[in-house]
Amino acid sequence: MRVSVTKRAFYSLAAAAMATVLAGCGSQIADPASAGSTASSGTSCVDTSGSSIKVGFINSLSGTMAISESTVFDSLSLAAEEINASGGVLGKQLEVISEDGASEPTKFAERAGKLIQQDCAAAVFGGWTSSSRKAMLPVFEANDALLFYPVQYEGLESSKNIFYTGATTNQQIIPALDYLAEQGTKSLFLVGSDYVFPRTANKIIQAYAAAKGIEVLGEEYAPLGSTEFSTIVNKVRDSKADAVFNTLNGDSNVAFFRQYRSVGLTADTIPVVSVSIAEEEVPGIGLDNVEGQLTAWDYYQTLDTPANKKFVAAFKSKFGTERVTSDPMEAAYTSLYLWKAIVEKAGSFEVDKVQAAADGVTFEAPEGLVTVNGENNHITKTPRIGKINAEGLIDTVWSSPAAVEPDPFLATYDWAKDLTK
Amino acid sequence: MKSLLRGRLGTVAGFTLGAVLLLGVAPALLPAFNLGLLGKFLCFAIVAVGIGLAWGRGGMLTLGQGVFFGLGAYIMAMHMKLADASLFGGSGVPDFMSLYGSGEVPGWWEPFRSPAVTLLAVVLVPGLVALVLGFAIFKRRVKGAYFAILSQALAAAFAVFLIGQQATTGGSNGLNGFRSFFGFDLKDPNNKLMLYMIAAVVLLLSVAIARQLMHSRFGELLVAVRDQEERVRFLGYDPATVKTVIYVAAAVLAGVAGALFVPIVGIISPADVGVIPSIAFLIGVAIGGRGTLLGPVLGAVCVAAAQSSLSSTFPSFWVYFQGLLFVLVIGFMPGGLASLPALLGRRRRTPPEASDPVAPPDAPDPDVEERATKPEEVSR
Repeated sequence: MRVSVTKRAFYSLAAAAMATVLAGCGSQIADPASAGSTASSGTSCVDTSGSSIKVGFINSLSGTMAISESTVFDSLSLAAEEINASGGVLGKQLEVISEDGASEPTKFAERAGKLIQQDCAAAVFGGWTSSSRKAMLPVFEANDALLFYPVQYEGLESSKNIFYTGATTNQQIIPALDYLAEQGTKSLFLVGSDYVFPRTANKIIQAYAAAKGIEVLGEEYAPLGSTEFSTIVNKVRDSKADAVFNTLNGDSNVAFFRQYRSVGLTADTIPVVSVSIAEEEVPGIGLDNVEGQLTAWDYYQTLDTPANKKFVAAFKSKFGTERVTSDPMEAAYTSLYLWKAIVEKAGSFEVDKVQAAADGVTFEAPEGLVTVNGENNHITKTPRIGKINAEGLIDTVWSSPAAVEPDPFLATYDWAKDLTK
Repeated sequence: MKSLLRGRLGTVAGFTLGAVLLLGVAPALLPAFNLGLLGKFLCFAIVAVGIGLAWGRGGMLTLGQGVFFGLGAYIMAMHMKLADASLFGGSGVPDFMSLYGSGEVPGWWEPFRSPAVTLLAVVLVPGLVALVLGFAIFKRRVKGAYFAILSQALAAAFAVFLIGQQATTGGSNGLNGFRSFFGFDLKDPNNKLMLYMIAAVVLLLSVAIARQLMHSRFGELLVAVRDQEERVRFLGYDPATVKTVIYVAAAVLAGVAGALFVPIVGIISPADVGVIPSIAFLIGVAIGGRGTLLGPVLGAVCVAAAQSSLSSTFPSFWVYFQGLLFVLVIGFMPGGLASLPALLGRRRRTPPEASDPVAPPDAPDPDVEERATKPEEVSR
């Protein structure tokens, strides 16, 4: 008897609840006829009436990526401070709202949603890992908002809601391969962390190698964060490859280079070209372990341009003389200035006007003059091969004669046809 | 008897209040973004109800609920990816597969094209996995720390497996970028509201089921197994069966929560199902009070909400704060915050049922509460 009383109560409650759901939402069977014609959900709430404009920074300030991403946050903050000191954007001071992505894609998606919908930021800057960008992409597209992404990545992507100010593959990986080929490299060994960037990069490298007659003697992956490399290092030694192409990320580099050196391999025996080691990472890996090894980026702290001298000096005076500047930091710094330049050309903060005005906008960045390509929302960049010197900084040993147009889908490379079909 | 009746009436009143708050007040007051967040917290709360049963009542420290949450979530995500890919004359192949894989849908994805299979699988797959695991583990009388380690290892292995399958599970990127949910446009704010409502109703139902289980003869048996497994065995019951049933129930709840999480949050990735999220599920339950009905729910929602609002302001501080709270609760208040009124009441030497102004309206009657909080020493 007691049971029946309770049961009845539960059933009636459940029924009432279901009824609420159906009554509230049953009428909404919205299935747009086509994605293009009716996609107008982005109701911008950006407030342009006051003397300031909100922008969002989204970086991992906690979790495994914090060590890298907080440097990007610092250089974004520097750029915002400089822009505010020189009068702001369209006469409005930047009001920065910072969110923590916590090194988790889901968190990035959630916090990006908050910056757009709740804070009404005119543009958002940040993200580092490919998974964080992939997680944010649908959020920015669904809300028709703008993200400036400052890190080199694996390409094969283009969204009208994302501006990519880091290198795509033809501005980093392919020039590095060209450099190696020019140096007479006949065989390569590929080592990478097991996630999307290294896997995609190595697919491209395999295709390039097949087309240019370079032999790939091995392709090995270690889980992200792995510190056990003795097997891989021994395989590299036994392969007698001319060079190693390293797409390891984060802490794994420390273990890899230490164990690489312990089996007697050096920059003179088998050089390693790395695409994820910048000035910031060198002290962590230990200068002894990486001195003389090669890197592929578009910016080094040692670059001798007036804009870079100004950038490095400003950064050191704000954050301390022991701090260094790196490629992603420079790309982030550049991204805020590029947004300012685009907004000022458009004369508006509105997303569609910014998108329309973007093509051809230039900025004298620390790495040299960069130009926005309005077709794919990437920018021109100057690829540079560097060698880690005795001070832990990176000297340019080879530089592309001119800035390279971004080609995220490698459409202009014959050998890459099969990669992107 | 009187107190029993009061407890029962209180339960009905409590459920009504919960239903009004979740289905009426919250949607009316919260802006769309916050309602979406609350929907996500409710998914965590559904997982917490299951953990409350398995850990609080059954004494099984499940450090691997992320596996079942992930199974439900990935099944739903696969269905949504496939459905989106076939929308408007599409190729039927999800975008990331042609980008990183062979461009062909693997065979084990195909069943999830069907909405019916998907809905069944969301319930059955986590349930069956838990059934097989449960029997294998509990029949061998694996318990305590060994069970906890085993379940945690499972969560770690599951995440590693997902990361390794870039071409078929999206790897570390996970699955996201969904456009529709069973034909409903996910951009439509009304459909987002509908999803929230579904989560709220599922939570209310799961609390109702948990309440029924707790007050049934089976629930008493479960508590007995937790506290004196050998004695229960001598009485002629098979503790393994009892434990397995509740482990399966917890797994099914986690699976359903995962399946709701995907359309509400819009993404599922290995970072949401591994060891850390599995432990995070537990923290809310522990803080709220694992032995009570509403403790896990309120704990899960409050911890998730606090994390969401505090972690941006103090990114590194939050982790320490969460850890400290966990240590304090486990060390000094093993019954969680739900046991606070009872503890205070005991100190004041007043009959517990007369005090409790803070007690949740449907807190089990005091003697059940006592039993629920006291034997923590045993299960720790």
